[in-house]
Amino acid sequence: MGLDCGCFSDERGKKLLEVIEAEKNNPGSLIKILHEAQEIYGYLPIEVQKFVSDHTGIPLAEIYGVVTFYAQFSLKPKGQYKINVCLGTACFVKGAERVLDRLKKELNMDVGDCTEDGKFSLDACRCVGACGLAPVIMINDDCYGRLVPDQIPGILARY
Amino acid sequence: MQIENNKEQNVLVVDARKTDFFKKQVRIALRNCGKINPENIDEYIAEDGYEALGRVITTMTPEEVIDVMLKSGLRGRGGAGFPTGRKWDFARKSVSDKKYVCCNADEGDPGAFMDRSVLEGDPHVVLEAMAIAGYAIGSDQGYIYVRAEYPIAVKRLEIAIKQAKEYGLLGKNILGTNFSFDIELRLGAGAFVCGEETALMTSIEGHRGEPRPRPPFPAVKGLFKQPTILNNVETYANVPRIILNGAEWFANIGAERSKGTKVFAVGGKIKNTGLVEIPMGTTLREVIEEIGGGIPNGKKFKAAQTGGPSGGCIPASLIDTPIEYDTLIEIGSMMGSGGLIVMDEDTCMVDLAKFFLSFTVEESCGKCPPCRIGTKRMYDILEKITSGRGELSDIDDLYALASAIKNSALCGLGQTAPNPVLSTLRYFKDEYIAHVVDKKCPAGVCKNLLQYKIIADKCRGCSACARKCPVNCISGEIKKPFVIDQSKCIKCGTCMETCKFGAIVKE
Repeated sequence: MGLDCGCFSDERGKKLLEVIEAEKNNPGSLIKILHEAQEIYGYLPIEVQKFVSDHTGIPLAEIYGVVTFYAQFSLKPKGQYKINVCLGTACFVKGAERVLDRLKKELNMDVGDCTEDGKFSLDACRCVGACGLAPVIMINDDCYGRLVPDQIPGILARY
Repeated sequence: MQIENNKEQNVLVVDARKTDFFKKQVRIALRNCGKINPENIDEYIAEDGYEALGRVITTMTPEEVIDVMLKSGLRGRGGAGFPTGRKWDFARKSVSDKKYVCCNADEGDPGAFMDRSVLEGDPHVVLEAMAIAGYAIGSDQGYIYVRAEYPIAVKRLEIAIKQAKEYGLLGKNILGTNFSFDIELRLGAGAFVCGEETALMTSIEGHRGEPRPRPPFPAVKGLFKQPTILNNVETYANVPRIILNGAEWFANIGAERSKGTKVFAVGGKIKNTGLVEIPMGTTLREVIEEIGGGIPNGKKFKAAQTGGPSGGCIPASLIDTPIEYDTLIEIGSMMGSGGLIVMDEDTCMVDLAKFFLSFTVEESCGKCPPCRIGTKRMYDILEKITSGRGELSDIDDLYALASAIKNSALCGLGQTAPNPVLSTLRYFKDEYIAHVVDKKCPAGVCKNLLQYKIIADKCRGCSACARKCPVNCISGEIKKPFVIDQSKCIKCGTCMETCKFGAIVKE
């Protein structure tokens, strides 16, 4: 799943380099750079981390440490449509587990996985802050609230 | 919300402020939310925006600002309730060329979303308050640490910062004075521990968000090793109003030891969900029954959870407790950042404690062993109890672990992690006993401890349940009572949802 060695000479590589050049003298900007890098590549494979390391001078070990510490950074590619099931307290009390179970069943995969065609990836997250609408799932930037498991197939069919 | 036809006044729509939902609310922190266009600085200015900053930097000394904050009695709205004025005073007195003002907008407590509403609905109030804080402590640089899960909040903050700079309300020589102040946004990346102040600062510095031992406290040695103050979004949202209306005005709202208002995110098993801003000292009953409209579907109120993974449960017997920092601590819960989750009789308290422990286990940063190992052990015990393998000694072990973790964990996350277990043990020990001794889950939640049964008298033998059962464990002859093969049943509950005759029960 690695990226080609030549891939940093393309548009994406150029864009990332611009970000790094703009930020690298700003103290503590590593997380910001990694956010941008993930935005560009969709995830943060070791090649991208190494590229960031080479151009910022921050040791690769430290970058890897940061990437694996924060839940939002991913070492694996995500789907075209990223499904996030909120497992915050309000959603939990209102049956988010059952919504998640249904999603697993419909997509035939587990949390953290991505469908083979790369269309959907499934993650559980901590509170998207829409507790009044519990239980809630997000698909990319779309938010679906007050869900019951039977709505899941219909929602997935929209994508 | 329900808008009723108010016949007495012969009008179709009643004033929203007179509805049960709003009439007990006092909006200070949320005053502009939903009222002004958050992407237009002029609308904020029209609501007296930046007037407090102007007054502070042109007519007051930093000491006077801190004095107002001290006299107002404002305490931190992030949960711990430390007096804001004292925090500022410590940082003011720390000697350094560089000091920082930080805003904790990493609203990680699941079930709380008031900070998101302020950031999205009234971003300038945070900028204005941070500039006031900067003037008070002698800082020219602010950071807002906002969680990346709130993209709209990030966007609106970016717009707000840009507009404030264009208007000369941030940047060099604000309003022609010698005071300069700039604000930069820093995004979190999904780590609950970064809501802890030292971890947040480590994260702003671009590292793994691990907490540091205190002392030294941030007011002495914080961000980039310089004196720093960190306040929560809702705390800041109160500041400009306090400056404009005076410390006395604020101190007259609320209760003896908790001044002002608090915003709660009311959610869970309650009719009206949403943000509620109430004067401190309002009772839980008023919030749940009057503002919240009570529990839906004729169910009974069982408990309310405040303080998220650091807090505890308030049982129905304590529903008349006034909501204040100290009263909540006395009953084993805490104010927290303001999540208030209402639970009815269908919530299993052992399962709830397990839910919070699973949260802390995952979110523990791993730096200190009491939290890293201890919470995992507590979780394992709860897993054992909810799956029907619990013994009475497990409950003693929970107490022992809880006290060890509370006393020895490095940061607030670990020190408070046992609270959900301790508070459910305090008020719902009978439920733990039922799981351990009787191997029953009274709320009917823990799958291993319940059985679905068909009541023969009520079953019409229609086979609807058998056809829906995903594991084909229901069998029988048409028009005669069906039976469930318990050895195969996966307890999914589909049969009970399918049955039209109420012949299937869970026990």
